Amino acid sequence: MTAVAAPARAAGRNGTSSLTGTGELARLALRRDRYFLPAWLYILTAVIASTAYSFKGLYPTGPERAALAASLRGNPSMTALAGPVYGDSLGALTMWKVGLAAAVGAALMGIFTVIRHTRADEEAGRLELVGSTVLGRQAALAASLVVAFGACLALAVLIAVAMILLGFPTAGALAVGAAIGLTGAVFASVAAVTAQLSDSARGSRGIAGAVLGLAYLLRTVGDAGSGLSWLTWASPVGWAELLRPFADERWWVAALSLVACGALTAAACLLSARRDLGAGLLPSRPGRPRAPGWLRSPSALAWQLQRASLLWWTFGFAATGAVLGASAKGIGAALNSAQARDFIIRLGGHSGLIDAYFAALILMLGVTAAAYGVAAALRPRIEESEQRAELVLATPAGRIRWVAGHLVIAAAGPAVLLGAAGLTAGLAYGLRTGDVGSQLPRLLGAALAQVPAAWLMAGVAVAEFGLAPRMAASAGWTVLGVIALLTLVGPTLRLPQWVMDISPFTHLPRLPGGSFTAAPLVWLAGVALVLAAVGLVGLRRRDLG
Amino acid sequence: MTGLRKSFGRTCALDGLDLSVASGEVHGFLGPNGSGKTTTIRILLGLIRADAGTVRLLGGDPWREATTLHRRLAYVPGDVTLWPNLSGGEVIDLLGRLRGGLDDKRRAVLLERFELDPAKKSRAYSKGNRQKVALVAALASGADLLILDEPTSGLDPLMEATFRACVEEERRHGRTVLLSSHILSEVEALCDRVTIIRAGRMVETGALADLRHLARTSIRAELARPPSGLDGLAGVHDLDVVGTRVQCQVDNAVLDEVLRRLTEAGVRSLVSQPPTLEELFLRQYSDGAAP
Repeated sequence: MTAVAAPARAAGRNGTSSLTGTGELARLALRRDRYFLPAWLYILTAVIASTAYSFKGLYPTGPERAALAASLRGNPSMTALAGPVYGDSLGALTMWKVGLAAAVGAALMGIFTVIRHTRADEEAGRLELVGSTVLGRQAALAASLVVAFGACLALAVLIAVAMILLGFPTAGALAVGAAIGLTGAVFASVAAVTAQLSDSARGSRGIAGAVLGLAYLLRTVGDAGSGLSWLTWASPVGWAELLRPFADERWWVAALSLVACGALTAAACLLSARRDLGAGLLPSRPGRPRAPGWLRSPSALAWQLQRASLLWWTFGFAATGAVLGASAKGIGAALNSAQARDFIIRLGGHSGLIDAYFAALILMLGVTAAAYGVAAALRPRIEESEQRAELVLATPAGRIRWVAGHLVIAAAGPAVLLGAAGLTAGLAYGLRTGDVGSQLPRLLGAALAQVPAAWLMAGVAVAEFGLAPRMAASAGWTVLGVIALLTLVGPTLRLPQWVMDISPFTHLPRLPGGSFTAAPLVWLAGVALVLAAVGLVGLRRRDLG
Repeated sequence: MTGLRKSFGRTCALDGLDLSVASGEVHGFLGPNGSGKTTTIRILLGLIRADAGTVRLLGGDPWREATTLHRRLAYVPGDVTLWPNLSGGEVIDLLGRLRGGLDDKRRAVLLERFELDPAKKSRAYSKGNRQKVALVAALASGADLLILDEPTSGLDPLMEATFRACVEEERRHGRTVLLSSHILSEVEALCDRVTIIRAGRMVETGALADLRHLARTSIRAELARPPSGLDGLAGVHDLDVVGTRVQCQVDNAVLDEVLRRLTEAGVRSLVSQPPTLEELFLRQYSDGAAP
């Protein structure tokens, strides 16, 4: 962490190329990631392989699969969520079910890996330490990309091998691996660029994450049957499905990803060569010499630390809501197959179809809002482990007052996010249908009904923070990941009801369209409150640091 | 505090530590890295709870009465981390207000003396500058007790001098200072009394004057002729004479006499150093083992 004298670094530049030391740095990165990367590779491969395996058992015959594919094609909300179904083979169905989720997972792996070994190291001063040895200017960037691209390649190979071992056609197996691995590589390159833009790791990750979110949103709208299918082509996440694994593979789509990787990597190198160590290209504003008058309590500090992130999340939710609301009316217009009509009639007519579409997407937003709640609730743990908490706790503030602000944000945040999405979705859909007066409260209410489940997830994180701080972050995110997978993937895997009941989201009323009952909302909120209280009691009793 | 014990898992950080600081004194808390200084301070701050032993701080229990006691103390951690997107000035103001207000005039004077730019974001500060932010916040607080954990690590020598002057002023205002350090000279310059710990136990405590016997100077000299008369001299330790080269440890009381005898033999070169803390401990250890 300590600064290292600058002259030593200057000496290293004489007679060395800008890539000198890349190999050593890449080995160092692999050593530091020796648990992180294998865990990602294992989980992503296992998700694909286990889904393929379970589909084999669930839909063994051709006609069963054809019926499933037909019903899925007739359901635009499913298509919007997970992409179009390109065929009724086991492989195509597997790709439809988890292909995009795994692609997004690979993208996150790429983003985290690159930022971790570039901007995060730079910010912590570690890069300065290794930079004082003989090291080229671009070595850290190059090493992080070597590791990230290597991980994506390994992922592609692992997935392809797993699918071939499960007895799937070789071409399709290779295509699934390529689709997922390439998405990871494209977003690793995106992160290489964003690492040059912002001067903080948090900012760099945030911008790269926003690009990923936007890409997913673009293909959601493109696939939703609203006549804007070109949007899918504009999205790097969309390329994963457009490669069409197991359904007459379109190999040339892979070239799009490769070109994007090359262009982004070149851009990152250019940007990196033009800036100083530690600086970002986006201007970092000078600070204020005095604190504003309101910054005078631990809660005010919590707000100061979390407000920017809440603002961006709210903006993202509002934009997503608007896009979903505006695109909903076109849904089902393109449906004229017999199965699709059947499906619509079973759902209760055209309005039932749109309600199902909204309900599915609002559920996804609910899970995402829960992720925000968990992140906000775990913020004090970051303050604690990075030793900023002791500065506050050495004042008369007290432990409960120290966390109170963060907990209020963790509770209010999901409500704000879902409220924003519900509001814009209701407004946009209402304007399209000329019925703002009834659509707005309906969709706003449906979105807000998700809040108690998000609270419960945040409550779990608070309890872990109070009782087992060292595991809180990993345990908090693992629990959320399992619940998210259960909630979003569970229904198609036909999991038994008691397994589905583990997820708090299962207990929520299906809105809009379903019947509203207040009881589950009340007890979910109650359990969340108890968990938070347990966490606070634990926090008062334990050692800090 | 007496008989303080604390273990983290299987490692024992404090093993029956005693420490007492009188009000109004500047107390040096010396020990090598990893000897338990920071753990002791974290117990004093009520951040962690001792496994055994009794602790009283300003007449209260630091664990149960943390918030009331913290009104009267200010703390500077050894490794200061700040909020990256707050400026130094904002951090100083925030910490001051959390303590119940700070003296604006004193804040301005301290910023000037420590040559700190308060408008810079914390992310852009070096380690020394982060340390300064925490120091200004603590020194401007007017708290009765200052707990400083290796506060000069990262400061350049000029700033160390400023820091010493500030602590001197605090002493004159009757404030109590607990200064943890692993640098003996820093403690010698500032402290009235000293407690030395090692491996979680107190090995020596008392007024600095009483600990003078610990203060030795190590001497290396190259002479014109072999020296005479150093052998029998009381206060000369570990004497090693090879031809015209001399190496020894000298109690400061007989320094004058030793130098006189060296000059008699014609000094060609001379290196003298205060003993490092490690040497002191080595001595402490061997003295304790000898009958």
